[in-house]
Amino acid sequence: MSINIPVSGQSNEIYSLSVNGQVHQVKDAWIGESLLYVLRERLGLPGSKGACEQGECGSCTVIVDSKAVCSCLVMAADAVNTEILTVEGLGPNGALTDVQSAFLSEGGVQCGFCTPGFIVAVHHLLESNPSPTDDEIREALSGNICRCTGYGRILEAVRTVADQRRTNS
Amino acid sequence: MSTTSASTALRHGTLGTSASRPDGVAKVQGGFAFSSDMWADNMLWGATLRSPHPYARIVAIDVSGAYAIDGVVTVVTAVDVPGKLTYGLIVQDQPVFAAIGDTVRYSGEPIAAVAADHPETCQRALAAIKVTYEVLTPVTDPEDCIAGVAEQIHPDGNIFRHQRIVSGDTSVVGAVQVEGEYEIGMQDQAFLGLESALAIPDSNGAGLEMYVATQWLHEDRKQIADCLNIPEENIRLVLGGVGGAFGAREDISLQVHTALLAMKAGRPVRISYGREESFYGHVHRHPAKIWMKHHGDLNGKIVKIESRMVFDGGAYCSTSPAVLINGITHTQGPYKCDNAIVDGWAVRTNNPPCGAMRGFGVVQACFAHESQMEKLAAAVGVSPVEIRLLNAMETGDRMITGQIMDSVAPVAQCIRETDAIPMPAPLENNADLRTIPGGTGLTAQPSNIRRGVGWGVSIKNLMYSEGFDDFSTARCRISNGVVTIKFATSEVGQGFTMLAQQIARTVLGVDEVILDTIDTQVGSAGSTSASRQTWMSGGAVQVACQAALAQLFDHVATKFEMTRSELEIDGTDIVDRLTQRRVTVSEAISEIEIDCTEEYHHPPTDDLDENGQGNCHVAYAFVAHRAVVDVDPELGLIKVVQIATAQDVGRVLNPLAAMGQIEGGIAQGLGLAVMEEIIVKDGKVRNPSFTDYLLPTFLDSPTVEMVFIEEHEPKSPLGAKGIGEPPCISVTPAIANAIRQAVGRELPRVPIRPYDICL
Amino acid sequence: MPVLIPRSVDELVDIFQEHPAAKLLAGGTDYMVEVNLHGRKPETMISLRQVKELSEWSVRSTQRSITIGAGLPYADMEHGEIARLVPALAQAARTVGSPQIRAAGTLGGNLGTCSPAGDSLPVLAALNATIHVIGPDGNRDVEFSDFMIGVKKNSLRPAEFVHSVSMPIVDGWQGYAKVGTRNAMVISTASACLVRDSDEGIVSIALGSVGPTVIRCHGAETWLMKTMSLRAESTLDPVVAQEFGQRVAQESRPIDDHRSTAEYRRHAVGVLAQRLLLRSFS
Repeated sequence: MSINIPVSGQSNEIYSLSVNGQVHQVKDAWIGESLLYVLRERLGLPGSKGACEQGECGSCTVIVDSKAVCSCLVMAADAVNTEILTVEGLGPNGALTDVQSAFLSEGGVQCGFCTPGFIVAVHHLLESNPSPTDDEIREALSGNICRCTGYGRILEAVRTVADQRRTNS
Repeated sequence: MSTTSASTALRHGTLGTSASRPDGVAKVQGGFAFSSDMWADNMLWGATLRSPHPYARIVAIDVSGAYAIDGVVTVVTAVDVPGKLTYGLIVQDQPVFAAIGDTVRYSGEPIAAVAADHPETCQRALAAIKVTYEVLTPVTDPEDCIAGVAEQIHPDGNIFRHQRIVSGDTSVVGAVQVEGEYEIGMQDQAFLGLESALAIPDSNGAGLEMYVATQWLHEDRKQIADCLNIPEENIRLVLGGVGGAFGAREDISLQVHTALLAMKAGRPVRISYGREESFYGHVHRHPAKIWMKHHGDLNGKIVKIESRMVFDGGAYCSTSPAVLINGITHTQGPYKCDNAIVDGWAVRTNNPPCGAMRGFGVVQACFAHESQMEKLAAAVGVSPVEIRLLNAMETGDRMITGQIMDSVAPVAQCIRETDAIPMPAPLENNADLRTIPGGTGLTAQPSNIRRGVGWGVSIKNLMYSEGFDDFSTARCRISNGVVTIKFATSEVGQGFTMLAQQIARTVLGVDEVILDTIDTQVGSAGSTSASRQTWMSGGAVQVACQAALAQLFDHVATKFEMTRSELEIDGTDIVDRLTQRRVTVSEAISEIEIDCTEEYHHPPTDDLDENGQGNCHVAYAFVAHRAVVDVDPELGLIKVVQIATAQDVGRVLNPLAAMGQIEGGIAQGLGLAVMEEIIVKDGKVRNPSFTDYLLPTFLDSPTVEMVFIEEHEPKSPLGAKGIGEPPCISVTPAIANAIRQAVGRELPRVPIRPYDICL
Repeated sequence: MPVLIPRSVDELVDIFQEHPAAKLLAGGTDYMVEVNLHGRKPETMISLRQVKELSEWSVRSTQRSITIGAGLPYADMEHGEIARLVPALAQAARTVGSPQIRAAGTLGGNLGTCSPAGDSLPVLAALNATIHVIGPDGNRDVEFSDFMIGVKKNSLRPAEFVHSVSMPIVDGWQGYAKVGTRNAMVISTASACLVRDSDEGIVSIALGSVGPTVIRCHGAETWLMKTMSLRAESTLDPVVAQEFGQRVAQESRPIDDHRSTAEYRRHAVGVLAQRLLLRSFS
């Protein structure tokens, strides 16, 4: 099986990506486009951000087949046959998730550029580790850089969600 | 942490409460439009060709190869600039594009820009442009420039500014003398939201609209207008969402290029930098070499300070003269000092251009004076706390510029409150290895670790200086029962839009406040820098709302037959103090139209004379930091365990936002102390990527314990001082002092490298 | 320019033979950096995502060895059975990049790129790992020391790929340490893996980022094994550990670059070697 992607320019070749439960067609793409680029510039999903293009900041974090990865390092055409989840797909029908609410209530958002990557990474962390220690939180989020907050309020936001989920369960 | 307990009694969303960010929901959902998220129909992508050489003459530029590529629409070079060929914040010495026959003066200097149908097409187009260079030997040592032996690399010469300060009796000599030669490396602002602008030309070709992430819309517009030879009123700049700034967006970067491409192509053009280009595309913090000598009496009281400071401004002027002044006027730190000789130089070289970064010259001076205070303490045998308390500045003191300190100056209190914060628990033998130097690299065990404690205290001026009238403007409209505030203040993440709503809610007694688009359709707000916006733009919003309130009271007095002079806001009501009759604000505003635009100016300041004497700064803020750092002395790896701080904030307007600014600033100061540096060799940047320009991660960041010192600043419109810069200033020497204590080395340079510690 | 998607090892062999100039793409954590930042222009790509066999791993308990597929992400090596059987590999895997990188990066990628800073490579060297290579001429096994032959140079022939890597399961102690300028997400300044086989009384130590290839310190190993017994019941004199560190340092061939200096790297591997040896006896 193969997909033909042009070097650049016009082509009739199409490939599909499944993002947030919806199938999107991608056409006229250049083979070197990362998943981050395709999400942002072709699929109308600019929530994931690019701050380094080399996997050193985590702003582009998305979930691919249940793994939190840097979408800038995924070749978009290689992501066919996967299930992709972005920040836009986390909350049901525009409602805030508990993680998103906690980032707001605990002051974990300043410029907001790192925020979508963090939100996705935190959701992913709490799914596999519902009661993380502070050190586990720090390590799990060590691939997400924030330049504004110094991480203090973000740590508090994650603790808040973990506590809430424990109380509600 | 001491927050005012009255905050629980305050109406949520007013001043003093942790109000919600108006942009918060959009930011957590990924729906907030940063400038790099903006898109227009028929849009082209733009990209910039940059010189690889730090110093070279341009012999020829051949763009024909670019035009031969399918998808390329237009190319611009210096010959396409219709107006002023250069730009700059203080001196317009920086070319829009380097021209044939002229020289490029730094590695990364722009030569051309292209517009094409896809970013990849742009890259191929850039690769097809042929530039012929005559490579020259770069001037890289500021001392050569000062000595006058370096080649003049610009018609304006190699000295941006030379300023001395001579104060008091310079013949005085101290019984104790300590000195050092300190060096501060080139730090980068490294905001995450990469540079981006979208320019949309008007259909009549007479102007344009631009969405851009910047710190000062009006200053950008002026430079674009001058270079494009278009009247300012034909250019509308709209603030695109800003992903952090920290000084790097004070100078323009891609604004003129984007505008030129759009006007020439007749189509919208977006330029978005990648990370590598971003490192080349904006100014950095000035690397500096500072010699300082402190003279003290036998108790450690400072009697004289001597200093020589050299700031390497790189290829173009940017804000170097102002950075230098900030540095030298803060030589004494937050300490009393009657006598001083300071010699300061800001110099042009072929190194990367430097300009504003959070702290603006004071970071460098503070590293020197706080390193000196440790030496002074050791020389007279007192503790780091005692030496600083002994010398602590107070309101009413005369500074080395002759200016009298008339700001609230709680230096001793900052030190004492910081000292009172409990130390962290000692390192346990079974400590989680993630918490010790080396972390998951498993380089060490707790038994390999030594702990040190260090102090840093600083003073920082607020607002612009030396006669600059950096006023701000705000507009308050009440229409159809809705309050709308408009301003051009750049929200870069610090939370000004949130504060503006808090001010309006408090002054007008409303809960809902609409924020109009941030653009140039209102007067200038000045730059989001110099820790000034809360004071200046907060002041402007307050004045505009008060003007609107006055008109509202006029209306209410007439309509509801209440006594005008007795009206005041009480919660969400307007009440007559005498009769206690009240009407809700929402009813009062339901049938009135009010529109007030007001400017807020700070008191004027003066230039410095040739001896550095003059009332050159508006106001000051103070902060103390205590750092606890674990060190692996054999490998030189470190982990900052705790930063304790008490900061002179005047008044806490939003507790969570204040915490965020302090924690964020501390992280940047930590970065300068131990890991952040743009490494430049022979004028070339060796590490323009996040792989090798290291920012602190979650695993590098310490616990922060903070105290707000709230002594209201009477000169400030809201009683609050700017809080953005102080957190990043004295934390750097505090960390250095802690490492010095742990390993007993001088460590005169930051960032401190592992080999500095252990070899 | 196609993206070819084989669904089995056999399909992969055939496709690769037909397109020997194609690039293999697994996690993409090295390759996409080349595309994004260094102007690499992808042509024919072969995606390994659907070749599930490459992500498998197995233990051959009779031969006391473990075989890990070239496509298994580092994240899957950090815990569980693999971590129990090859703790040094788990420790190295935990230091690769960031959690996001570890979810995608693979041993196949580390071996394909073959950088001296590759985090897993000192472990493979110290364990005398065998690289299982498949190509148009069939299968062949390559010792790690014959696989990595220079800076970013491996001995793969055209249309060959790494299928899996086998390592012995060692009785004794093994450990990995990596020096970086911050406490997460760093390219190693210097690294080391030490394996003490207390059954056989053998030690091996391999260094990363201090030479054009990963360096096995045979001189220091030989000296140590002559100087003392490494079997289970033996004890370690700290003076011996110190000299071991110095001898290891002397065998390193580091350079100065923008990350660090040769002098520091040499010093650092000496300290790591000493500390790892002490840990192997505590």
